[in-house]
Amino acid sequence: MVEFAGWRMPVQYGPILEEVRVVRERAGLFDLCHMGRIRAEGENSLEDLDRLVTNEVRTLPAGRARYALLCKESGGVLDDLIVYRSAGARDPFVVVNASNLSRDLAWMRERAPGTRFVDLTDEVAMLAVQGPEAQSILDPLTDLDLAALRYFGCAHGRLLGLEGVLFARTGYTGEDGFEVFPPAREAERVWEEILRSGNAKGLRPIGLGARDTLRLEAGLPLYGHEIDESTNPLEAGLGFAVRFAPGREFVGRAALEAVASGGPERRVVGFRTPSKRIPRQGYPVLEGGTPVGRVCSGGLSPTVGSTIGTAIVPASLADPGTSLEVDVRGERHPIEVVPLPFFHRRRSSA
Amino acid sequence: MRPRDRQYTATHEWAKSEADLVTVGITDFAVERLGDLTFLKLLKPSTTIGCDEPFGEIESVKAVAELYAPVAGTIVEVNEAAPDALDLVAQDPFEAGWLVRIRPSSPQRSAKLLSAEEYEKTLESA
Repeated sequence: MVEFAGWRMPVQYGPILEEVRVVRERAGLFDLCHMGRIRAEGENSLEDLDRLVTNEVRTLPAGRARYALLCKESGGVLDDLIVYRSAGARDPFVVVNASNLSRDLAWMRERAPGTRFVDLTDEVAMLAVQGPEAQSILDPLTDLDLAALRYFGCAHGRLLGLEGVLFARTGYTGEDGFEVFPPAREAERVWEEILRSGNAKGLRPIGLGARDTLRLEAGLPLYGHEIDESTNPLEAGLGFAVRFAPGREFVGRAALEAVASGGPERRVVGFRTPSKRIPRQGYPVLEGGTPVGRVCSGGLSPTVGSTIGTAIVPASLADPGTSLEVDVRGERHPIEVVPLPFFHRRRSSA
Repeated sequence: MRPRDRQYTATHEWAKSEADLVTVGITDFAVERLGDLTFLKLLKPSTTIGCDEPFGEIESVKAVAELYAPVAGTIVEVNEAAPDALDLVAQDPFEAGWLVRIRPSSPQRSAKLLSAEEYEKTLESA
């Protein structure tokens, strides 16, 4: 067997499917220090960011975060990111994908020379606590009123004695949860103490393998799979993060408006298959034996109880209920288009 | 300690010679690296196979890998229980989780076969 290469901790701490269950039922702690972290400094940094990304971030109120895409003029996706505007910080904070960080920085600096995009990836750590117990686990460790922090809310507060730590009620699992950004030099201690403190509530460390299954179940895109430079956000079902507000200019607007007016020609869809073989990225999707698309992501979903995935197919074949096939290493297996997401958590009454 | 009664490949298969047959499986290291196993497909008995050619595929939640024959020959027996009981492979890869038995067609062995000690050295540097 080959192709073990490229796996580095923390892909998994235990069996991946068990880690998925832990997050859905109790809570998981994620080390996300690989993600890119950027501070946008300057008088007009929020306006500059607004001109670079698809979602309207210039109107972002203090205490809120917003998901957006960084697109080329063609509308192809360079990255997906979250802009955080905490009342506790002067400058907006941006989290991007690890693999795109240097390209994003170069792209931003070239197009918004008036703003300083400072790479904080090495200085600021990033951990996430996700799952139904997330709030009860973090509550005793901070002075912030976490219950008052709404979904996509963010604030600075104390974490385990550290002042001015950014908290955001965001995540990549489909669960309730928080992402926290303590100083990197304290990251190990914070990790250990959160883990120790949350142990009785079932908190466990969760690797990137389970994280991929969790995000796939929740219908959240992964850069390089559902989105890339050859895909636009509207095809990928991310129209909610593209805002054509009157008078608002952003890179890619003209191309995306053209797509929006005609409707996307392709769509990223969810699928299920009774097969135990996991359709993986790049496997051909067939209709009547003819290749019509390709798999973006595939996985075994313990939450759904079957093999699931996403694929990009012509818009005419994107309706739920459509029967297609996937070529799994020479074997054809049936797939059925289903609505995304596969998993939707029951929201608490809070 | 891995069994000393057999040889190993750099691609994490093991090969144990018994009389005129060679039994082949995967190592505990392979099982650990693959993680949760989801699927196993083996070639059928009486299939002829070349040295270092795939005799099957194994899949886990995170990866798919080909299984390579350490010897050339004919597959005379496959572990019929294994594809439906992947725990056999996951929990006992060196005994109950064996995969295929091959009748070698020539004395030729894969040039890559390692002793247990040599195999374990490759894991240390991995």
